[in-house]
Amino acid sequence: MTRALITLATARVSGEVVPARAQMATTLGFHIILASLGIAFPTTVLLAEFIGLRRHNETAMRLARRWSQAMGVLVAVGAVTGTVLSFEMGLLWPGLMRRFGAVLGFPFDVEGLFFFLEAIFTAIYLYGWRRLSGWKHWASGVPIALSGICGAMSVVAVNSWMNQPGGFTERDGRIMSVHVWQVFFNHAALYEMPHMILAAYMVTGFIVAGVYAAGIVRGRRDRYHYTGFSLGFVPAAILTPFQIFVGDTAARAIAHDQPVKFAAMEYVARTSRDVPEWLGGVYLNGQIYGGLKIPYMDSLLVGFSPSTKVVGWDSVPPADRPPAVWLIHLCFDAMVGLGFLLLLGGLWAAFEWWRRRHLPPQRLFWLLGSLSGLVAVVAMECGWVVTEVGRQPWVVYQLQTTAQAATTNGGILASLTVVIVLYAILGVATILILRMLARRWRHGDADQTDVPYGPRPRPPERSVPERTSAEVAS
Amino acid sequence: MPATVGAILLTGITLYAVLAGADFGGGLWDLLAGGDQRGRSPRQLIDQSISPVWEANHVWLIFDLVIFWTAFPRAFAAVMIGAALPLWLAAGGIVLRGAGFAFRKEITRLPWMRAAGATFALSSLMTPFFMGTVIGAIATRGIPPNPTSTNQHAWTNPTAVLAGLLFVAACGYLAAVYLTGEATRRGDRRLLAYFTRRAQAAAVVAGALSLALLAELHGSNRVLYSRLTGRALPLVILAALCGLGVLASISAHLPRFEVRVIAALGVATVIWGWGVAQYPVLLPGTGLTLDNASAPRSVLVALVGVFIAAVLVIGPSLALLFTLQSRGALQPDEAGLLMAADRIGGARPASGPRAKLPHEGLKGAIVALFAAVVYLRNRRRER
Ligand code: HDD
Ligand code: HEM
Ligand code: HEM
Repeated sequence: MTRALITLATARVSGEVVPARAQMATTLGFHIILASLGIAFPTTVLLAEFIGLRRHNETAMRLARRWSQAMGVLVAVGAVTGTVLSFEMGLLWPGLMRRFGAVLGFPFDVEGLFFFLEAIFTAIYLYGWRRLSGWKHWASGVPIALSGICGAMSVVAVNSWMNQPGGFTERDGRIMSVHVWQVFFNHAALYEMPHMILAAYMVTGFIVAGVYAAGIVRGRRDRYHYTGFSLGFVPAAILTPFQIFVGDTAARAIAHDQPVKFAAMEYVARTSRDVPEWLGGVYLNGQIYGGLKIPYMDSLLVGFSPSTKVVGWDSVPPADRPPAVWLIHLCFDAMVGLGFLLLLGGLWAAFEWWRRRHLPPQRLFWLLGSLSGLVAVVAMECGWVVTEVGRQPWVVYQLQTTAQAATTNGGILASLTVVIVLYAILGVATILILRMLARRWRHGDADQTDVPYGPRPRPPERSVPERTSAEVAS
Repeated sequence: MPATVGAILLTGITLYAVLAGADFGGGLWDLLAGGDQRGRSPRQLIDQSISPVWEANHVWLIFDLVIFWTAFPRAFAAVMIGAALPLWLAAGGIVLRGAGFAFRKEITRLPWMRAAGATFALSSLMTPFFMGTVIGAIATRGIPPNPTSTNQHAWTNPTAVLAGLLFVAACGYLAAVYLTGEATRRGDRRLLAYFTRRAQAAAVVAGALSLALLAELHGSNRVLYSRLTGRALPLVILAALCGLGVLASISAHLPRFEVRVIAALGVATVIWGWGVAQYPVLLPGTGLTLDNASAPRSVLVALVGVFIAAVLVIGPSLALLFTLQSRGALQPDEAGLLMAADRIGGARPASGPRAKLPHEGLKGAIVALFAAVVYLRNRRRER
């Protein structure tokens, strides 16, 4: 009760909490898409280059070269949006940093190390196409892929530590000692790290597949498009069952470690046995509207027996429960549902391949394929909403509330507005530029000049192709 | 141990300043390069020398931020609240600069290309300026130990604004000096002359601003001033010597590589002069020192470990990057700007900048110097 009162009291500390949360969610939700591409896209490009070099496959080689051009744009946007986050850790959550900066700092320091490697070798890889030969160039890309994975582990270490804090001692609000590796490999890290890295690979693979599937749907059924599709789709589809397995493990761990979050995910109002599983359904004022109820299923999933006891949110006072349980639950269901949808897509392709040695000819498959990137992104965003909103009202689980962490400075509403506008422009511009690149590749105009703008030194021999002006204008 | 980590942090700040600072300075010269026609060749040089390295250089900022909050969390939180607005603006500058730079390479329509280029160039000024004001706010005791909101005066006072201007000028100075080296490597005499004049101008402006800042500190933080002219004096003198040395050697067209190193050294000594003058205080006027505001020992040990790992792993990688870059092995691939160029094709082949124009830089420098003198005299009179 006193705890609840304290929480209530501190919730009033600053009116900036809600806009600060909204801003964190916006910037992170944006960054995570580029981060996923930053983690896994280099591997995809390397895969294409590998096939190109090994099998003298011109198509794969061309894809690798073009993709690395897109990678240049994506990495830049990933880097600047990530930098904003680094500032925001302090600018939005100074309370968190003041108290726990020394603890959660170490994984971030390690992350910095990997960002360096990533940035350095990305530069060598992207700008080395002309002068570094074959395998040497390929090898310059390997550190990017590895540091992407290690960098992701480091950031996720921070997030999982916020879910399962430990590895330090505190006296009178001062951190006395820190075991840095216990912080890094905290309890939640064991499932969050693989789950996020697999998500990054799925998101990237399905986005790549989606781009070429969309081309195939529009009738561009050529070797180039099929190769591009397969290079993205095959690895992503293979990883999907593993992702589901890890997610299932995560859910069981959460039922144990963060029971209130789990209760919100699964609509468990009261601690009890024989708990049903709700698929969909909106929880409002103690009522569940709609949705499909599967008796005993939740208990079965948690403890492999219908009589397993599941902790409900009635185990903590109302102030310690997350807001908007319906959001958490629906996002969880969406993630799981979309995960299974992607699994089905993979199975379909595998089946056709097994029977007939080619990809499914059905149009429905390609329509699904062209949406698969979007589907994976939505699944990932939903997963983050579950994690972050499900942890509320805590920013560091059971140690610090979000309200205590938030800045006391005014004006977050203003920065939130600026961020939304700026990121909207950034997002649209990124997509437009990638489309422009693709169009240019299609027309074989991917020639190069090295002047930012301004006339070329020599008037080019070729005249402007008729279509380009119309294309550009469109 | 806290002092070691403090030194690591200052090293990181120095590297960010001398590496990424030059990339921001490139934006300044891009901004001042004039129209499409006139600015073509300097812009090209700027673009090619920044492109492969700016992201790696930028990571030093991330490194500095995370070391700061890990090692000195209370001071970090105080700065983040006490100087929030300029920090937001600096972060905004980073987003706009990075995105503008990356986008304009891939855009094909001239108006959009210009818009992206202008975004890149203008925002290149924002970040150093506002970061300078934050440092100025710290130096003038504008950050209390437990602020609840930003005191806008802290970063808009004359010292802080001068610090901001100095940061911009120093970035431009570094960029121009580095670019003379780049022009020499390519044997482009016209651009060499072009950036030599700009380097001279920037050196004069940066020197003037440094002196002005020092004079201003006399009023706004007497302790820091007396230490800068006391125990940090050798560094201050070294900084001045470096500046004069660079000025002399670029004017005499001496070998370029050493000049670049001396220019960087000059900026580094200014930063270390500040560090030495302030030691062991983290935030002047707050009682937060390296010792009493630092993280537990185990964290600091881990930080030193990370730094050693960085030296061992990042050092050789960076060396590889810069070597490849300086050998011209890193070139843009297929960055297609052909179509826009085609449409404005038929234009005269661009000649380099006309010999007369660069003097605008010098003129600007003289005007700035004059303004600084007038300003100082007025300040003196006010007292
Ligand atoms: C491609 C994306 C994707 C897919 C298909 C799935 N997930 Fe997921 N999930 C994520 C992407 C993701 C994520 C965005 O990456 C999260 C957020 C935090 C994290 O570590 O991973 C996440 C979090 C997350 C959490 C919360 C972790 C926490 O709060 O710490 C659980 C319980 C699951 N997932 C469970 C599943 C299950 C049972 C799935 C079965 C289909 C599943 N996920 C598919
Ligand atoms: C490892 C990296 C991450 C860290 C360190 C982190 C940290 C934080 C912090 C400090 C907050 C504010 C406090 C709070 O509301 O609990 C927050 C909120 C939030 N974050 Fe994360 N986050 C991470 C990853 C992500 C990602 C990738 C997303 C993607 C969508 C995300 C989505 C959100 C959302 C939606 C909120 C608002 C939750 C709410 O206030 O209800 N987070 N995060
Ligand atoms: C789960 C969440 C996150 C993951 C998986 C992730 C991963 C990544 C990756 C892979 C990159 C490289 C970008 C690219 O190459 O395109 C990146 C960039 C960056 N991220 Fe994140 N990130 C996450 C959240 C965060 C958070 C919470 C912060 C800060 C507090 C952050 C700070 C940064 C910074 C500063 C960069 C730029 C580094 C550079 O200059 O190269 N990220 N992130």
